Amino acid sequence: MSAIQRTPLYARHVELGARMVDFAGFSMPVQYTSIKAEHAAVRETAGLFDVSHMGQIHLSGPDAVQTVERLLTCSVATLPEGRVRYGLLCNHDGGCVDDVTLYREGPQQFMLCVNASNIDKDLDWIQAHRLPDTAVQDRSAETGLLALQGPRSPELMDALCKDASGATPSSLGRFGFSEFDGPAGSCRISRTGYTGAEGFEIYLPAQNCRALFDALLETGVAADLKPVGLGARDTLRLEAALPLYGHELDDTTSPLEAGLERFVKRKSGGFIGHEAMEEAERLGRSRQLVGFELEERGIARAEYPIRVEGREVGRVSSGAPSPSLGKSVGLGYVPPEYASPGTALEIVIRERPIRARVVKTPFVQKV
Amino acid sequence: MSDCTIPEHNRYSRDDEWVRESEGGLYAVGITDYAQQRLGDVVFVELPEPGTKFDAGQAFGVIESVKAVSDLCIPIGGEVIEINPSLEDTPETINEDCYEAGWLVTLRPNHPAELETLMDAAAYASHIADRSD
Repeated sequence: MSAIQRTPLYARHVELGARMVDFAGFSMPVQYTSIKAEHAAVRETAGLFDVSHMGQIHLSGPDAVQTVERLLTCSVATLPEGRVRYGLLCNHDGGCVDDVTLYREGPQQFMLCVNASNIDKDLDWIQAHRLPDTAVQDRSAETGLLALQGPRSPELMDALCKDASGATPSSLGRFGFSEFDGPAGSCRISRTGYTGAEGFEIYLPAQNCRALFDALLETGVAADLKPVGLGARDTLRLEAALPLYGHELDDTTSPLEAGLERFVKRKSGGFIGHEAMEEAERLGRSRQLVGFELEERGIARAEYPIRVEGREVGRVSSGAPSPSLGKSVGLGYVPPEYASPGTALEIVIRERPIRARVVKTPFVQKV
Repeated sequence: MSDCTIPEHNRYSRDDEWVRESEGGLYAVGITDYAQQRLGDVVFVELPEPGTKFDAGQAFGVIESVKAVSDLCIPIGGEVIEINPSLEDTPETINEDCYEAGWLVTLRPNHPAELETLMDAAAYASHIADRSD
């Protein structure tokens, strides 16, 4: 995979004057106007994201439930049709192959929405570990994905989409999904997102993406809807302390270290990586993800050392100025003894220790 | 990069800084429109203490955008006299007005003649055109 791929909306982003960057093998808009303004739109009105780079892997067949149960840390058998659950694909050492959302489409049908950078890795992993009677299909290329996020997203979504019975998307409960008809034909809408704001994600055939994107932008004018790039997506998810694969999560990090215990069926087990993860817990966790605020000027970037009393104890995984708080915040891994809120840390920025303090996450509470 | 503003009255360095004589023998320094567009949203600027001396080309500060950390290199040698006080709270001024309100420092140059080694607007325009795709 050498050529940079484009989403179905590439030309539209360029037309809108977006600054394009390479992200996970795709040319994606990082910002259309300014990250601050786009971030504020999602917190105050609404923002529209193209996240068509993400992957969609479908699993079905008589063994599908057992396959997914074995592959994912979250409980699958108890997931009702029309609901979404967050979970992790783990390797045999208990590290994370990927973090995903699982959609239950039917008794034996599932869709996984996966990180763009991990599509091939996930497919290989799933193929190698599925039970025999499970069909695995990668529909990433033909599936477009938009995210409409922010307090005014329900009214915008409802203005454009209805289902056969006349119900609108705002009737969905959090983590619910269903099929709706809209200006670009039929689409799947879930009440999910990656911003810490109210909102929806909309799956539709790639060729229909532009029609829906434009219809939303047009309807959204009165609500101050803005197109939002990956730059603000990152500051929004950081404020919500949502992990980003490659930063907070990777093949050597356990979901328990990352604070994702509530998405792990620790008691019932039965998934790949469970034993290794529990063994590591018995031996004592060596590190844990924490949120921190800087108490001096600076930006704590990924990989910067974290010190306690002059001794290096860990590394920053993500950091940025939080536009909503007006403070510089970050996430990083430290030994559990330094993980309590209030603990004084130092972040080493260009060889200079900058004072920081562990705080509770999320940094910004959902309203 | 489309639509870069390059005022005629400045001199330009290969590292995308501009210099202009301000007043009292001092010279103002900032980054160019091309540089701020390349960086994207500026979120942090670190500048030296007034009184610090630099040779031409030396790093005198750091500018951070959301995705990148870059050194700021002094286009001509001299002593830093003032730093722009508004950048601490509103670094985005650099994106909004890089040639006026978004200036970085003023310098007292060691050798004002060094200015002649820098590019004029036309030369800088072709310098950035060579780098664009």
